[in-house]
Amino acid sequence: METMMSILVGILVTVATYLILSKSLLRVILGTAIMSHAVHMLILVMGGFSRDSSAPLLGEEAASYTDALPQALILTAIVISFGVTAFFLVLAYRTYKELKTDDLTKLRGHDNDE
Amino acid sequence: MSNLLVIPMVLPLIVGIILIFLRPFVRTQRIISFLTMLLTFGVSTYLLVEVQRNGIQTLDFGGWDAPYGITFVGDSFSLLLTATAYFIAAIVLIYVFATIGEEKEKMFVYPLILLLLAGVACSFLTGDLFNLYVGFEVMLLASYALIVLGGEKGQLRESIKYVLVNVFSSFVFLIAIAFLYGTLGTLNFAQLSLRVAEAGQPALLTTIAIVLLLVFSLKAGLLLYFWLPGSYGAPPMGIAALFGALLTKVGIYALFRVFTLLFYHEPDITHTLIGIMAILTMIGGSIGAIAYNDLRKIIAYNVVIAVGFILSGLAIANQAAIEGSIFYLVHDMIVKALLFLLIGATIYLSNVGRLDRVSGMIRNYPLLGWMFFITMISLAGIPPLSGFIGKVYVAQGAIESGAYVLLAFTLISSIFVLYSLLRIFRAVFFGESTISKEDMLPMKKAMIIPSIIFVAASFALGFGVEGIAGVVSDAAETLMNPTIYIDAVLNQGGA
Repeated sequence: METMMSILVGILVTVATYLILSKSLLRVILGTAIMSHAVHMLILVMGGFSRDSSAPLLGEEAASYTDALPQALILTAIVISFGVTAFFLVLAYRTYKELKTDDLTKLRGHDNDE
Repeated sequence: MSNLLVIPMVLPLIVGIILIFLRPFVRTQRIISFLTMLLTFGVSTYLLVEVQRNGIQTLDFGGWDAPYGITFVGDSFSLLLTATAYFIAAIVLIYVFATIGEEKEKMFVYPLILLLLAGVACSFLTGDLFNLYVGFEVMLLASYALIVLGGEKGQLRESIKYVLVNVFSSFVFLIAIAFLYGTLGTLNFAQLSLRVAEAGQPALLTTIAIVLLLVFSLKAGLLLYFWLPGSYGAPPMGIAALFGALLTKVGIYALFRVFTLLFYHEPDITHTLIGIMAILTMIGGSIGAIAYNDLRKIIAYNVVIAVGFILSGLAIANQAAIEGSIFYLVHDMIVKALLFLLIGATIYLSNVGRLDRVSGMIRNYPLLGWMFFITMISLAGIPPLSGFIGKVYVAQGAIESGAYVLLAFTLISSIFVLYSLLRIFRAVFFGESTISKEDMLPMKKAMIIPSIIFVAASFALGFGVEGIAGVVSDAAETLMNPTIYIDAVLNQGGA
């Protein structure tokens, strides 16, 4: 299970890197969104899981319990990355409206364009 | 246990949310936000005094003892920075009242500043790595919104890069947190410190430490400062002053915390790396500070140089150097805010932001000119002002541990700071006046009063070193001896 998840994380990071390196702003934002999923899954893998452990709250007889902390961390991280992505999308939209381009190479700053 | 410890984070958060509903009432917003800052400054100062009397203050939320619950820890270092941050925010607010314009005041500028401060305080006071991430994100989200407030073309263009860099570094931060949790099974600073010490910091942990170094360097502007000059030039000057005084300092705080409390076992690798990065930062910052003619760029690069200087204290890592860094950190927060405010006033009065298009300002505005002069010698470290004592201690620490290369670079960087500001002083303030008496804009009182207060604070810090020295040496002692911190967090009440 961990192996499969790790491979999935790797694939997601690959996709995200490819997207972040592209010129179009929208693709870059999608890249950061996918990157966030990859990172959240990495936290889940690092918490570790096995088939026999049960949910931490149901019953006191189980031999071992799942570690609940990574899931709490991911929940917080998901909310934050959701907010950031929403903000980023709005920012990209406004930038597109104002500067008439979503090409990152054209968004470079120059010294004397006040 | 002290429930007051939650105030610096929660009060601005709640007031910020309430102010969102008071959107049309600009005057009410101003008064409430200013009073909140003052009140929080009072509380942090009280807690700082309390720490001197009764040792480190901790707060476990919901009665869940550390390491299981969420913990806030206030030691001298974090509370000193919190108090300074709120002091600066309160004074800068006066400048923001005068300059930001009604349109932006109705677009939530005060709630955003309060939320920014809540994030900064959360990062300073938190006792575990994940809440450090949360504090960072709260602060960064508020700063994203502040940097783009107004929606001008330049702001939008620069903020995209700022957001992208910070979003990416947040992911790297989360990756580091994941690996740390996977290897050590905890995120509480005190328990992490114990477990790193037990394991003796093997290569894997050193690698994680370097990943964390990368993340915090991006936020602090240590070597990876490429995003900084552009983004600090984009927002209105009052906001830029807050950024210059607070945002990079949070990254510096995190570096100090992590590399004195957790990963202090392999200084040959980590601290040498920090030293090299600090030297490169000082070189790059110095080149930038003298290369540009744009006033905003010059002062942004001065922020970069200061980051390099403060972190060379961490790289040396003995009692004297750490004390020097803390002195200089407090000094730098105050004087950088002052520098931004003065340059903001200059740009407002002359209507140009470049060295070569304005001169003779000191004839029209003598007070402004002389305050800039004082700021300059304060940053360069001339004795009666606040920058001196920090530089002396860092130099002393460098000599004690034989770090002569670092010593040379810190001293040379001071000369570059002096030179870059002297260029401004000579070109902008001296020479023939470009503004005739008739065209002279009247100086707004509210623009100059905050600067006067900061100048007074710089003098007070310089003359009153005795008063603050106890706090600083206590902060440095806590940083140098992790057991004090661990005992305070894990063995409270009992034992």
